[in-house]
Amino acid sequence: MTEKYLIQGGVLANGTQSDVAIADGVITQVGGTLDASGYTVINARGSIVLPGLVDLHTHLREPGKEDAETVLSGSKAAAKGGFVAISAMANTTPVADTAGVVEQVFRLGQEAGLVDVFPIGAVTQGLLGENLSDIGAMADSAARVRIFSDDGNCVSDPLVMRRALEYVKKFDAVIAQHAQEPRLTRGAQMNEGLVSSQIGLKGWPAIAEEAIIARDILLADHVQARLHICHVTTAGGVEIIRWAKSRGMSVTAEVTPHHLLLTDELARSYNPIYKVNPPLRTEKDVMALREALADGTIDIVATDHAPHATETKECEWQEASFGMLGLETALSIVNLTMIQSGLTDWSTIATRMSATPAAIGRYVNHGKDISVGNPGHVTVINPTATYRVDRDLVASKSRNTPFHGTELPGVVGATFYNGALTYRAGA
Amino acid sequence: MRHLLSIADLSKIEALSILNTAETLSRVSDGPMKKLPTLRGRTIVNLFAEDSTRTRISFEAAAKRLSADVINFSAKGSSVSKGESLKDTAQTLQAMGADAVIIRHSASGAAQTLADNQWMSGSVINAGDGTHEHPSQALLDAFTIRKHLGHDGDDLTGIRVAIIGDILHSRVARSNVLLLTMLGAHVTLVAPPTLLPVGVESWPVTISYDFDQVIESVDAVMMLRIQLERMSEMFFPNAREYSRYFGLNKDRLAKMKANAIVLHPGPMNRGLEITADSADSARSVILEQVTNGVSVRMAILYLLLAGSQELEFSL
Repeated sequence: MTEKYLIQGGVLANGTQSDVAIADGVITQVGGTLDASGYTVINARGSIVLPGLVDLHTHLREPGKEDAETVLSGSKAAAKGGFVAISAMANTTPVADTAGVVEQVFRLGQEAGLVDVFPIGAVTQGLLGENLSDIGAMADSAARVRIFSDDGNCVSDPLVMRRALEYVKKFDAVIAQHAQEPRLTRGAQMNEGLVSSQIGLKGWPAIAEEAIIARDILLADHVQARLHICHVTTAGGVEIIRWAKSRGMSVTAEVTPHHLLLTDELARSYNPIYKVNPPLRTEKDVMALREALADGTIDIVATDHAPHATETKECEWQEASFGMLGLETALSIVNLTMIQSGLTDWSTIATRMSATPAAIGRYVNHGKDISVGNPGHVTVINPTATYRVDRDLVASKSRNTPFHGTELPGVVGATFYNGALTYRAGA
Repeated sequence: MRHLLSIADLSKIEALSILNTAETLSRVSDGPMKKLPTLRGRTIVNLFAEDSTRTRISFEAAAKRLSADVINFSAKGSSVSKGESLKDTAQTLQAMGADAVIIRHSASGAAQTLADNQWMSGSVINAGDGTHEHPSQALLDAFTIRKHLGHDGDDLTGIRVAIIGDILHSRVARSNVLLLTMLGAHVTLVAPPTLLPVGVESWPVTISYDFDQVIESVDAVMMLRIQLERMSEMFFPNAREYSRYFGLNKDRLAKMKANAIVLHPGPMNRGLEITADSADSARSVILEQVTNGVSVRMAILYLLLAGSQELEFSL
């Protein structure tokens, strides 16, 4: 007999105040005020009760770099951030390009038991962009891979990309492209613009991202395949995706929380905590991304949670690794940039951070709304409470959060995964 | 002033104070006894993670003329390539009691990273960081320009300077644009469009692709070293073509204003960005730049390390 929970006094994403009862892994009652006897009560007064969050872009570093993150530590960070499903990117060591590796990661996720860990398979062997990986074996494995990506590397060869897009149709899978034209970004360190020119860091032009987005949209449309664009960062990229959607083309796109808030001005400090791939862009891009997420041009928020060991960030900018932590602060940043700014509402956020990512990844047991009979995946957030980010108190094994010392609004109060309480604030 | 990382950190008053102090200290170098006791007992480390003989020995001479102890930490093949981090290097120098570290590094921002972290407590002097800045070079350039075209103690108002060459990758150009414009000079950047940074139109300078249109109207031309590997990166088709459009040669030298001078931060590629007759002409102040470099670097060390100590010595 598992514990029964009553989430009391919260407000659902659609704005109605409602208690939510969870038992035996599912939502058993939803209603104005429910009888609390026999339940462990979670006080959600002043909080929003959301469907459990789903992340399509997570780096867990296991196997290979367990000093930076493991499936277990990443799962803890995810639960703390309100997530119930995460998607482990393929750039591990060894690369997740065979059934063996994705099954290992999947199994580690099950053992951790805090979130569903859905492995993403590499598109090409070794992420080298040359030969397709064991796509079918991964799709048919216990991990049931439905997203393939060479993230970190762009599938830049147009023929390889075409073949991949076409081939994964057999599995109803999607290619998630890291849009970065390699020839235009060799040695690039940050957004190419006024700041990079002044501080002498090699620039990464927006066009290097936009050219691949445009090409892949046309390729995917030609072969009638699904395409997902990882971490869009530029206003120009948004425009291209908007055009494609207006033509009814089958493309989805994600934006990271950090690209909704931070800009390349931060690079002036040469503090590599702000070094990330794709790079932080300009204020104009940030505003375009927010608008696009609000109007649905960008479908989802994905964290690109990228833990790194301390020494890879305690060095010269150009020596440092790309990437920043994301899972634990994602919902706060979205709250700050999308809700508090007045751009959108919680119902839209529930779609962007739960329903749509689950649909893109074919995570059939996720992304369902708070209704009786649905899985007990629930996230409770108090949007007005604030907290100060402390890199020494993160659940992740790494400390590379760009928000250290920042006061953020939106405290995750509790996370339920399959009816189990996987995180509770202050617990 | 605790560190010297970027010209952008200096006020005009501070910049002029460095130039004026250098003016005073240059008389030491001219005198029979080339040494002051000012920094006796202080340890200055030359941390050079990138080759640069001339900047290193210039700082070394400056430190020695102020009686400091100088340790040369030639970290080429050390630091990054040998796997020792900048942090470990800095902590090692701290443990050895370095009062100041003069750092040359191939990574932009390396000097600032050294100064911003708590790895060591001494002053940090940027002797060139990647493609970012080379503040002491700009200060010695401004000093040299003022000596020839301005007046002691004054700024550079009204003086027109052209900087020619690889602006995109040049830390000398970045520092000079900041310093010369702060001091009132008018700066024109002359380069092929491929070697100008994105957004350069927002800099407080004039841009030209045409050296011949610029050369007749400027008081000083500063030729930048062109790296031969820029050709393989397709910034321009070949050396001949570069020289034809952007090189300083006898014909262009002849078009210059009567008192106009030629600067080059060195080392020169004779025959590429500058012909031998231009480099050795009467207009060339290239060797004076080297001499002035020592005085300017003495002034930097003096102002950073001797602080409020009175500048007094007998001539």
